[in-house]
Amino acid sequence: MKLLSLRHDIVCREAVELVTDYLEGKLSRRDTRAFEAHLGACDGCEEYLRQIKATIEILGRVQPEDLAPETRQGLMELYREFRGN
Amino acid sequence: MRRLRAGDESAFAELVNAYHPSMVRLAQTFVPSRAVAEEVVQDTWLAVLKGIDNFEGRSSLKTWIFHILANRARSTGAREQRTVPVDPGDEGSVDRRRFDEGGTWSDPPAHWSDQIIEKLSSGPLLAQVQAALFELPEGQRAVVTLRDLDGLSSKEVCDVLGISEANQRVLLHRGRSRIRAIFEDEVAKR
Repeated sequence: MKLLSLRHDIVCREAVELVTDYLEGKLSRRDTRAFEAHLGACDGCEEYLRQIKATIEILGRVQPEDLAPETRQGLMELYREFRGN
Repeated sequence: MRRLRAGDESAFAELVNAYHPSMVRLAQTFVPSRAVAEEVVQDTWLAVLKGIDNFEGRSSLKTWIFHILANRARSTGAREQRTVPVDPGDEGSVDRRRFDEGGTWSDPPAHWSDQIIEKLSSGPLLAQVQAALFELPEGQRAVVTLRDLDGLSSKEVCDVLGISEANQRVLLHRGRSRIRAIFEDEVAKR
């Protein structure tokens, strides 16, 4: 995923490897332009980027399991024991 | 933090409420069971209480706590000799067979409608999202969990896991790519 030295137009196989660097803002200006130019002309890669963004959004909806009351109570007892009262 | 040092019990309770669930989730990345993960998190809280007076504030309190946790969970995981999934190496984000010789899509991704995305993020399928996470090698899973589930910044993830930004990005890229592919298979089945 290191920056490709883009002396040629990007092909799809390369574009999919640049997606994260692109979203992280880590592509050079030149590579960003080449990537965006490719996406503008390629429905498959445009959809691919959309799916990666959707994946991130879906992952963001996964909540951790709630803290069980007895776990909370156990931790507070641990705290009081540690503080020595 | 000041309140915690001063022995304010409610400050500790607030921290537990805010972080404990995410901590268990992160610990589960490295250890074989939920029960062991809970133990590791409890040990971490004790370490936090013991160490709070020496905490220098060079990172945020949250990053510091998660860093202690990640180290403990990793060493516990190693001790429990969980078979670590072999990192597949640089196999590419998308199955190579879906491109032609020139590297252009021969089998491009099918369009995901808004309804499909909505379905993927609704109740029953969300359980499969968790299952998909379990399929990732632990480094990828830890980074994806912290970045995309807990919303930490890349800098925070690097501090928590003790990895470089470049490494963080590689793990994030591979992890997200694989989860997308798992979702794609899921969509195709329906």
